[in-house]
Amino acid sequence: MLNDFINQFWPATIDGLAFGSIYALIALGYTMVYGVLRLINFAHSEVFMIGTFGAMFVPFVFGISSPLTGIALAGVILLMVVAGMLASAGTAVALERIAYRPLRKRGASRLAALISAIGASIFLQELFALLVIPNVFNRPQQGRIQMGLPRLMERTELFSIFGHSVRVDQVLVIVAAVGMMIALDALVNRTKIGRGIRATAQDPEAAVLMGVDINKIVRMTFLIGGGMAGVAGALYLISYENTYYYIGFLFGIKAFTAAVLGGIGNLRGALVGGVVLGLVENYGAIFAGSDWKHVISFSILVLVLMFRPTGILGESLQQARA
Amino acid sequence: MNQKNSVEGFRHRFSQYGDAVHERWLNTPGWQRWIVYVVLIVAALLLPSESIGSFMSPYTDWASILFFPIGTYVVLAIGLNVVVGQAGLLDLGFVAFYAVGGYAMALLGTRLGWNFWLILVVGIGLCALSGITLGAPTLRLRGDYLAIVTLGFGEIIRITARNTDAIGGPNGVRGIPHPPSLPDIELFGVQIFKYGVLDPRPYYYLLVALAVIVIVLVKRWEKSRVGRAWAAIREDEDAAEVMGVPTFRFKMLAFAIGASIGGAMGVLWAAKAISINPNDFQFLLSATILAAVVMGGAGNLPGVILGAFVVAWLPERFRGLQDYRMLIFGAVLVALMIFRPEGLLPSRQRKAELQEGSGGMGTLGAEVPGPESQGEEVASR
Repeated sequence: MLNDFINQFWPATIDGLAFGSIYALIALGYTMVYGVLRLINFAHSEVFMIGTFGAMFVPFVFGISSPLTGIALAGVILLMVVAGMLASAGTAVALERIAYRPLRKRGASRLAALISAIGASIFLQELFALLVIPNVFNRPQQGRIQMGLPRLMERTELFSIFGHSVRVDQVLVIVAAVGMMIALDALVNRTKIGRGIRATAQDPEAAVLMGVDINKIVRMTFLIGGGMAGVAGALYLISYENTYYYIGFLFGIKAFTAAVLGGIGNLRGALVGGVVLGLVENYGAIFAGSDWKHVISFSILVLVLMFRPTGILGESLQQARA
Repeated sequence: MNQKNSVEGFRHRFSQYGDAVHERWLNTPGWQRWIVYVVLIVAALLLPSESIGSFMSPYTDWASILFFPIGTYVVLAIGLNVVVGQAGLLDLGFVAFYAVGGYAMALLGTRLGWNFWLILVVGIGLCALSGITLGAPTLRLRGDYLAIVTLGFGEIIRITARNTDAIGGPNGVRGIPHPPSLPDIELFGVQIFKYGVLDPRPYYYLLVALAVIVIVLVKRWEKSRVGRAWAAIREDEDAAEVMGVPTFRFKMLAFAIGASIGGAMGVLWAAKAISINPNDFQFLLSATILAAVVMGGAGNLPGVILGAFVVAWLPERFRGLQDYRMLIFGAVLVALMIFRPEGLLPSRQRKAELQEGSGGMGTLGAEVPGPESQGEEVASR
């Protein structure tokens, strides 16, 4: 048992960090929307799913079937990230406009918003399984089958830790995720939009009185959160090379767990929560077997909520100044 | 703008009509109500007839549809309504209790060879216990956290069942016994107590009996001190606590009752199904039952039953649309929340609560109305 753990410690760490970065990027969407609207955007999982397909569209259009190198590779990856961001951010903004704003206008209960989100989530999943995947990706009758991405980059070893190799794609995921986090942190802390978001999170009525256009802020929140989920989708696709219409469900719950773990509403908390969840889940899988990975992360969620419901770094968008 | 007004006007008239019917019902003397009850039960018993079936479900066997999904959804929705509609606790993992009941029937029936009726009792107890086990640590959480924890719990149960080979793993359990039959009793050409493979009607009658018992019990609870405590908790938990309502204990009770109803349905369903596997207990089922409750009008029993019926029946009726039914279902949920968030047949109390934003989980943040909405909304808050 202990031998297993020592042998697999480094691979599990690297895998955990890569998965954790993806959880963290998705968690940002949950945390930002929760911070501003006090709403669990249940359909955010589908925003991520659409991000993976948005990214998938780029190699599909170019008809790429063999690994690329050099500038071509960098260009395609960049395009995939941008396409993922556009698809996800567009979906998130449309969701806000269609499913949430009418409810918000009427001051409806959060229960209603949650049901609306569940409905939107089912709708988007089915939309992809029935129409988008068969028609856009030209896979008739295969809408519910996992869709693979042709290998884009050779999985060369970049460096090794204690004899365990670290691959390029894993490093790419982690570095890109951290980069996005830093950019987002700057956006929220230093720009006018960011100030508006923080003000709205703190006290919506006062923010309105101070001249904050609350509809714009809410839209921006969904846009940014959706964009982050799109990046996560593109990175996941590049690294794990497959996606399907239902992929959002597990990632959505895991990312929400990450958000709660770090302290929901807290942006830096999302990063911490994502990484901690990714690591714990992978370490736990060494002992219990990878079948139990999901049970481990759900159990963590339950335990965190029981013993420290405000998360590791504490809640609220404004407190942690991030 | 004009069109919007006419929609508003229609909604207003529609609810006025509903109110009038409700008023009338409240003033009806007891014996007349009993007649209505008896008529409803007889109608439910006559439902599986061919002539209705040819219209209601041209694509599948109507009597089977009546047992699952329609009847099953109705009972599950009544159970979930206790938790969501009456106590205002959002449970996204209700399917877990249904699964516990189903597995109790499957395992006790195949491994120990127990009798259906015995397992029904034990299964209900087991589910109440698992409701309390889940509730004890989690019911102190805020509304939306509770939702996610219950969602996680539902998934834990399902994945655990899938990963544990001792209870069949991903293949589930096969050869679940049927309830003991009494083939001699025949009414109108139906052997009403013959629980075999071919005729779904005896199971349906059993389900109607279960539903009636559950409805009577739930209705009694609603009118009692317990029901008033639930309403108080739903509207304002802090105020309820201050007024001396032991909120935690009543929330546990709601959880345990809801779980028992879900479990009883699980036992009954497994007794007909012959084989079950973990994939029968997906999150989508929890979401669908919740949608049924909210769609019908959370907290109002006739509404919830109607909602469950619609949610279960529509996809079966329109099997011609094949896969598109779930797509439409999702869109309908969103549209319903926009145009009629209080559900099809809301109770008046719940409607008022929803309008002022309380009731369940409180309002959205950032709900400050924009400049284009009327000022009175602000004033009323």
